[in-house]
Amino acid sequence: MNAVAKGLRGFATYMGSLMGADAYSKYLEHFNAGGHAGPAMTEREFWRDRMDRQDSNPQGRCC
Amino acid sequence: MGRAPDQEELDQQELDQQELDLSDLEEGLDPTVPAPAVDDSVREAGERRWTPAKIGLWVGISLLGAVAWFMLALVRGETVNAIWFVFAAVCTYLIGYRFYSKVIERYLLKPDDHRATPAEYKADGKDYVRTDRNVLFGHHFAAIAGAGPLVGPVIAAQMGYLPGTIWIIIGVVLAGAVQDYLVMFFSMRRGGRSLGQMAREELGVIGGTAALVATLLIMIIIVAILALVVVNALGESPWGVFSVGMTIPIALFMGVYLRFIRPGKVMEVSIIGFVLLMAAIIGGGAVAGTEWGAAFFHLDKVTIAWGLIVYGFIAAILPVWLLLAPRDYLSTFMKIGVIVMLALAIIVVRPEITVPAFSEFAGRENGPVFSGALFPFLFVTIACGALSGFHALISSGTTPKLIEKERQTRFIGYGGMLMESFVAIMALVAAISIDRGIYFAMNAPLALTGGTVESAAQWVNSLGLANVNITPDVLAQTAKDVGEESIISRSGGAPTLAVGLAHIMQQFVGGPGMMAFWYHFAIMFEALFILTAVDAGTRVARFMLQDSIGNFVPKFKEASWRPGAWLCTAIMVGAWGAVLLMGVTDPLGGINTLFPLFGIANQLLAAIALAVCLAICAKRGVFKWLWIVAIPLAFVAVVTITASFHKIFSPVPAVGYFANNQAFSKALADGKTEFGTAKTVAAMEAVVRNTAIQGVLSVIFVTLSIIVIVAALLATIKAIRAGGGQDHEDPAVPSKVFAPAGLIPTTAEKVLLAEWDALPAENRTQKAAHH
Repeated sequence: MNAVAKGLRGFATYMGSLMGADAYSKYLEHFNAGGHAGPAMTEREFWRDRMDRQDSNPQGRCC
Repeated sequence: MGRAPDQEELDQQELDQQELDLSDLEEGLDPTVPAPAVDDSVREAGERRWTPAKIGLWVGISLLGAVAWFMLALVRGETVNAIWFVFAAVCTYLIGYRFYSKVIERYLLKPDDHRATPAEYKADGKDYVRTDRNVLFGHHFAAIAGAGPLVGPVIAAQMGYLPGTIWIIIGVVLAGAVQDYLVMFFSMRRGGRSLGQMAREELGVIGGTAALVATLLIMIIIVAILALVVVNALGESPWGVFSVGMTIPIALFMGVYLRFIRPGKVMEVSIIGFVLLMAAIIGGGAVAGTEWGAAFFHLDKVTIAWGLIVYGFIAAILPVWLLLAPRDYLSTFMKIGVIVMLALAIIVVRPEITVPAFSEFAGRENGPVFSGALFPFLFVTIACGALSGFHALISSGTTPKLIEKERQTRFIGYGGMLMESFVAIMALVAAISIDRGIYFAMNAPLALTGGTVESAAQWVNSLGLANVNITPDVLAQTAKDVGEESIISRSGGAPTLAVGLAHIMQQFVGGPGMMAFWYHFAIMFEALFILTAVDAGTRVARFMLQDSIGNFVPKFKEASWRPGAWLCTAIMVGAWGAVLLMGVTDPLGGINTLFPLFGIANQLLAAIALAVCLAICAKRGVFKWLWIVAIPLAFVAVVTITASFHKIFSPVPAVGYFANNQAFSKALADGKTEFGTAKTVAAMEAVVRNTAIQGVLSVIFVTLSIIVIVAALLATIKAIRAGGGQDHEDPAVPSKVFAPAGLIPTTAEKVLLAEWDALPAENRTQKAAHH
């Protein structure tokens, strides 16, 4: 039972990162590693910025 | 496509300071961290050590694969079990992956894990982010796989199951996966540059411009024909129109939710969206069951096509967060779910296939589903799943910016394409698990089937197909089972796949009562994939157009300049919309004449991508292994150019666009009021117009592609004579991170991983350059 729960949790985590749900935490990780000036974007700012950048930089989707 | 972020110039300065020659990479190692790569001699020793268990495993895989191919290709029983398709495919993929892609890696590409990837040396936490290889595999797969591999194999099933199966499985190992892998690797070495930029660099102005124009035109055709598949699936289907239409408000809701209510909760909103989607499918059945619902959502194809065109324009100018991004989440979620589910269902249900290996149409060129002889038309009908040029646009650009280590490109690029091929095989199995009589009644144009169950049954039985004797009752009952008014002439592949899938899935979950649900579930996800591709394709094409016009009118290069963006969007939507309307109203049965054009366009793009790769490989000086690229390039060039020439020059009206054009023009000139399948003068004029456009498009495509291929061959010959050429790779930067190359880490990789894990966390993450 424990193994099943663990497997499901692993799958959920995988799906999450597949869809980019961990983008903000990865951004923070990068930000904190890099000695940047000024504060990092908040979660809300980050997601706005991410979506708005896609407006001018579309990603292809195949057939 | 590959628009250079402003960041790049800044990064370039830093790069220049860090610049090191390849030979200096080892000296550039950071002594405070473990090695960024398994030592070459250790890795090779591991690869070459054949333990008895390893030998036994590969002998077993080979034997199983051989038995499966034997069952499919040589045993001529009444039926063949679907499980053999799975074994033949998986065993061949494993062998291709383990041996052939390894040859490509070792001798042609020679990745070096001491070199940092763009995700490391350009890391910005946004576009360039090191991504876990297994996550990126799924990510890349979701970007390349869509409705294409689900549709092509269904249409190609007209010729029997074996030609399609061989092409999908062998084609992917020797061509499709090779293209994806090479393009991804070369783009990664160039900081994630797009195919168009690489073509310009490697082939010069003429070749580069031809590649750009060809890409743009090909995208228009591909988007138009994908849209045509949706229109055909939704025409006169109130249930389908309702449930697919509901995806728009669902996506809008998800977009608002993510923007204003719970930013960043991607999984949460995807699950909510999925539940709403299921409700829309179930609700669609109820709505279509009411009198007003059936009347209100019963739309003819022309209306749906116009709706799609208007929708396409609005969707492409709306901000990404509102519609495109949330639907993309939904689409990815569905994609992974559907494919896992379909694989499970086929393995559990193991349907018996009654379709012959080679059908009566394999040796003829007048099949009702698509016309033309097996060679070359089978090879263009199945593009996605075997070799898809469109992937070159995805494999360059987005994915290379996320790769963690160079060696992972084999797993992600080559392996990702094998996965798509497997989807194509499953689609083929689903489509051929239904009765052949139903298959032909669904996929032949209206002009042949007559549109009623009686006329369709009579026409199918008159074909003289072995073991086919369909009654009107069966056709009517099948339509009733899947909750549709009719299934006659529902061409385009999607409805056939949906019936096949419903047939398999109801044996897996839910029983016959669930068939209507599964049918509309399948229609829904195919429509979802296609709408996402239409949206994204329109946007990408619009930026390419803006960029091109921007060379003459600089104002157009500004992405934020609304009039320019809207004008270019309108041009793009207008272009694919015109082709779509032409297909919808075509008296010859749009998809049946247009689908070959889709395949030719897609394969010509593959030829362009492979040609660029050939030139790059020659410039790298690995002449002995050029055949790895030359073989698929030669094959696809011969196939597409032959197919184009058939379409342009064939005297058979069913095959040649201009022959058909002349036949109808002559009939009009003779004063006839009906000719062939066109029953009115207006329809005859439509045929004359459509065939002229299709013919001219074929001429333009093939000309542009020949220019690109010739330019690439010239560049290749020049490089061979000179013993190599200029390489346009980014300068090598030493890597300071490590990750295993494939799905399962090798022993040596585990040892190195343990060293990295022992390191304190603050030393482990690479210190980014100061911004």
